[in-house]
Amino acid sequence: MAILGAINPMLSLGLDGDNAWRLADYVKRGGYSALKRILAEKMPQEQVINEVKKSVLRGRGGAGFPTGLKWSFMPRSFPGEKYVVCNSDEGEPGTFKDRDILRYNPHSVIEGMAIAAYAMSATRGYNYIHGEVWEIYTRFEEALDEARAAGLLGENILGSGFNFDLFAHHGYGAYICGEETALLESIEGKKGQPRFKPPFPASFGLYGKPTTINNTETFGSIPFIMSLGGEHFLEAGKENNGGTKLFSVSGHVNKPGNYEIPLGTPFSTLLEMAGGMRGGRKLKGCIPGGSSSPVVPGEIMMGCTMDYDSIAKAGSMLGSGAVIIMDESTCMVKALERLSFFYYEESCGQCTPCREGTNWLYKVVHRIENGQGRPDDLDLLASVTANIMGRTICALGDAASMPVQSFIKHYRDEFAYHIEHKKCLVPLEVQRAGSGFFKATV
Amino acid sequence: MLEIEIDGKQAQVPAGSTIMDAAQLLGAYIPHFCYHKKLSIAANCRMCLVQVEKAPKPLPACATPVTNGMKVFTHSELAIKAQKGVMEFLLINHPLDCPICDQGGECQLQDLAVGYGGGASRYQEAKRVVFHKEVGPLISMQEMSRCIHCTRCVRFGQEIAGIMELGMANRNMHSEIQTFVGRSVDSELSGNMIDLCPVGALTSKPFRYSARSWELARRRSISPHDSLGANLTVQVKGNKVMRVLPRENEDVNECWISDKDRFSYEALNSPERLSKPVIRVDGALREVEWNVALDYVSHALKDIAQNHGGEAIAALASPHSTLEELHLLQKLTRALGSGSVDFRPHRRDFSADGKRAGTPWLGMKLSEIKDLDAALVVGSFLRKDHPLFAQRLRQLARKGGKVSLLSVTADDSSINVHARLTVSPAELVLALGGVVKAAARQKGVAVPSGLELVEPCASGKAIAESLLQGEGEKGKRAIFMGNVAEQHPQATQLHALALELAKLTGASVGFVGEAANSVGGYVAKALPTALDGYEMFAQPCKAYLLLGIDPEIDCHNPQQAVAALKQSALVVSLSSFKSGAALDYADVLLPIAPFAETSGTFVNAEGRVQSFNGVVRPLGDSRPGWKVLRVLGNVLALPGFDYDSSEQVRDEILPEGGVFVAGLDNGLDSGLSDLTLAPGAAASGLQRIADVPIHFADPLVRRAPALQQTRDAALPAARMSAATLAQQGVAAGSQVRVKQAQGEALLLAVADETVPAGCVRVAAAHASTAALGDMFGAISVERA
Ligand SMILES: Cc1cc2nc3c(=O)[nH]c(=O)nc-3n(C[C@H](O)[C@H](O)[C@H](O)COP(=O)(O)O)c2cc1C
Ligand code: SF4
Ligand code: SF4
Ligand code: FES
Repeated sequence: MAILGAINPMLSLGLDGDNAWRLADYVKRGGYSALKRILAEKMPQEQVINEVKKSVLRGRGGAGFPTGLKWSFMPRSFPGEKYVVCNSDEGEPGTFKDRDILRYNPHSVIEGMAIAAYAMSATRGYNYIHGEVWEIYTRFEEALDEARAAGLLGENILGSGFNFDLFAHHGYGAYICGEETALLESIEGKKGQPRFKPPFPASFGLYGKPTTINNTETFGSIPFIMSLGGEHFLEAGKENNGGTKLFSVSGHVNKPGNYEIPLGTPFSTLLEMAGGMRGGRKLKGCIPGGSSSPVVPGEIMMGCTMDYDSIAKAGSMLGSGAVIIMDESTCMVKALERLSFFYYEESCGQCTPCREGTNWLYKVVHRIENGQGRPDDLDLLASVTANIMGRTICALGDAASMPVQSFIKHYRDEFAYHIEHKKCLVPLEVQRAGSGFFKATV
Repeated sequence: MLEIEIDGKQAQVPAGSTIMDAAQLLGAYIPHFCYHKKLSIAANCRMCLVQVEKAPKPLPACATPVTNGMKVFTHSELAIKAQKGVMEFLLINHPLDCPICDQGGECQLQDLAVGYGGGASRYQEAKRVVFHKEVGPLISMQEMSRCIHCTRCVRFGQEIAGIMELGMANRNMHSEIQTFVGRSVDSELSGNMIDLCPVGALTSKPFRYSARSWELARRRSISPHDSLGANLTVQVKGNKVMRVLPRENEDVNECWISDKDRFSYEALNSPERLSKPVIRVDGALREVEWNVALDYVSHALKDIAQNHGGEAIAALASPHSTLEELHLLQKLTRALGSGSVDFRPHRRDFSADGKRAGTPWLGMKLSEIKDLDAALVVGSFLRKDHPLFAQRLRQLARKGGKVSLLSVTADDSSINVHARLTVSPAELVLALGGVVKAAARQKGVAVPSGLELVEPCASGKAIAESLLQGEGEKGKRAIFMGNVAEQHPQATQLHALALELAKLTGASVGFVGEAANSVGGYVAKALPTALDGYEMFAQPCKAYLLLGIDPEIDCHNPQQAVAALKQSALVVSLSSFKSGAALDYADVLLPIAPFAETSGTFVNAEGRVQSFNGVVRPLGDSRPGWKVLRVLGNVLALPGFDYDSSEQVRDEILPEGGVFVAGLDNGLDSGLSDLTLAPGAAASGLQRIADVPIHFADPLVRRAPALQQTRDAALPAARMSAATLAQQGVAAGSQVRVKQAQGEALLLAVADETVPAGCVRVAAAHASTAALGDMFGAISVERA
């Protein structure tokens, strides 16, 4: 993948494919000026956090939680070690933006983390990188070496007396390690399983110390907020949805890839940037924020703008910004079967409703898809998702349930047809024609 | 304090309490599986979901902190719906074949399914199958499909036993509880996981499928093994002990017992049980009636007393004997005119006797250990000698208490120790002297005389520092003397140095004690006024009375003991078992009832008096030891042997009654006066270090089949560091000849870096090493 297009970009501005990731390039783009200024001015921590609050930067990892507010929860004056942790685990199906940020603009994340550490009195940071993108990990290590050599990391950064060490840590590909507390367990060398919250990481985080975890893109946006000013950043987006955001567009479009656009940009614009619908087919549905977010029917989606509030109003979530496009050749039962398989597979197995329930969901959807559906299966699925939702340790239980609920809600006829006729409503040859893998031979 | 209301009932709870804590306070029951009061909160089973006012979702009671004014509903529609939903999930993959499950009738899942389960299953898919695992002789993991993934067993290992032996591998519904690839479960506390497992996934290998829980009568008892005095529930069917479980006593064993406590009952039905009196007639042993045997003993003893004087008789008891037995034995021996009576067969140095200020004991209550700031354990194979005492120290360390160890091997204690000093037995006194000197210097007071030449090492200084921290607040720091410290040839010097260290630091001094009645024996005055437990064999006597002991295994110097027994005119052994050696040296074997078949009293390390009744009838013709000694006293026409019950015997010793015995005091009348420590004066040659392995430590455990198959019951080896091996010119893995005094043993040489240089660790208490001499002292190793 690559960053294929942008409107008023920040993170992807001035990038030249693989040729502009080095420290010198980043500095040429104005990089590290924010950190340097903060250190030189000995800017009060409160002021940094306020600037982030003003920007209304919302967490790019999935939940969209306001970053400035999260930072203000850190007990800055608490004695002893404190940590900032970057979540580059990026396991959410459909999401592939963080790897591009780390590949093409790694120093923006390093600078963002250093500023975060300064603002929250943290002296150590970790960047947890998804295990299946090894070259990203080595790229980030190289960038770290550059930053250390330039005195931008380590002891007494730029003579300011501020110390911050940053390390890369690679996972092994478990989706659950993207959940922030499972990620902390994994860094600690334990099995990646979410912790029960409370206590929250801000009070009991990595090695039991106060910790703030943000997404790669969240950290990457910080230098822009600090150099342009919070208000400017906010204005670059839309009210309550500050800044630009990277969207990973995939599925039935002509130009799948990453696109940076201001929050609030119409979905139709994004779709156009991505080359429009493949084969000119009709948009059947869109999963707008990664596989965990509820599916939105095509016609509703066409009326949305790409920001947290608009997508929420459409009954879904902007999530990580992974936009999965499905055209009319898609069998929604098969699509759900694949998603349900994912969540069943990736459940950490710790808590009862998720461990048992996700497998049950998958088995039932699988059965329906394979012509073994029963008349009361849709009610059963509804009831099982209701028994999972809100009763688990982490949000994976909800993430597994929402696709099931939304698919059945919006495409109930298709499921009912499948159960009754033991085959897809969308004819097989149509599916094959649209898939891009099978050339239509039937 | 925070106000909380649960189902309309109000309570005040301290900040930091969870809803579950508050519910327990109020006596409100919230269904749960993963929650256990002694384990960390996992919040994974989700059975305890309750409704909390203003919370949109049901919350887990076990993990949700109480906030002031919180209102909780455990039976509201929302709560019940959530609980039933979780129950359904737990059951979909659970085999619903309770009638053939060993846990049936005592299963939390079965119990709660009655209240929260549906009548029929909505789950029509194939159920999960989890393969069985083989993890050793004690725990069965045959039925892992029953596991509900509560991770109690995992957390037990991590938190209580101190070693994570079970873990949950894989993820999603394929998560499985298992050991680290191919390993067995070897912790000395492992059996507790059987109790913790709420379902029939972990079951007791020796017990499973031998009885149903509802067929068993539950009787109270006290563990006859280590000095903790764990409280037991013994489960009996017919006249047979079927199973032993912990009986909760927060002050003693909490809710745990060691594997030794749990599985030793198997020996009650050992084929080696002695069930009839036996006497030697014309060289051959013959079963006889009790009256014949007792007449024989009485005549023989009287003869010896007449011809050689009463002092030619010596009596030695096991410290696992009951208080009543010990009392009657010493009374009888003294009445026969002998002061040679003892109950400390493992001891070597008795010079403290006669100088003790009182009865040696732990120096504090067991329940006070958790409040210590620092503790030093001197000379102990801590985990194996004292599984539950070690567990308390482990919890102390987990909470930040500084636990230090000064001993003769660096065994894994599974305790996060503050400092650790491992020296050869010959240097142990010097090392403790170093700690004393460091403490004096750190405190800025004069170094006690005799320590001028000692130079403390870094660990010694760190130990002293931890014992000095918060000095002035009395009783917050402790020095515990382990079994090695008591069995050591300079035990009294160690004792005196510990007192000196205590004086300097304000710490208390305690003896952990090796056996169930290590304190009780002093209380019963089973103590020598003539030959002590070592000397009575070093200077052979004419007659020996043995009580509950196998001297060929249980003595400090078994070789010397057996030689003395063989030359004597009369050996009378009151025992529950017939050992091969006894058949050789004994003239009379009197079958006495072991624990579970007799009443009696143990006084544990903290001086707690714990009396118990027999829970089954004695096997065959065996009789409680106190009765045998009483009748023997009668037959000998000795005064004061008319007792009707063991309680009468006890009341003679402890007329004042009370939960704790009086006169507990670890002081010594003489101080360090005659002690001069000089480095380098220590022995030069190879030295022996002898442990008493946990599952050989008393006649009962030695004969418990399942325990004998554990790794802790592995054959003793000659263990030494690679450097020592090289010095001796022997290779690890080869057979070596180990020699001490006149005896020798053939053992496997094993490289073991926990053994200090110049030392060989050779276990005592085992037939294969019985031909050797003193537990500590010179030893040689050569190629076999
Ligand atoms: C199952 C699960 C997987 C997640 N995976 C990711 C991930 O891959 N990357 C990420 O940034 N956040 C992920 N999150 C969200 C994180 O827990 C966390 O909210 C986020 O990293 C916070 O960063 P932000 O505030 O900058 O968004 C995941 C959450 C859940 C429940
Ligand atoms: S919800 Fe699923 S993934 Fe999250 S802790 Fe529970 S079992 Fe693990
Ligand atoms: S084996 Fe038993 S204790 Fe361990 S997780 Fe399974 S159900 Fe819980
Ligand atoms: S008892 Fe609370 S979640 Fe298991």
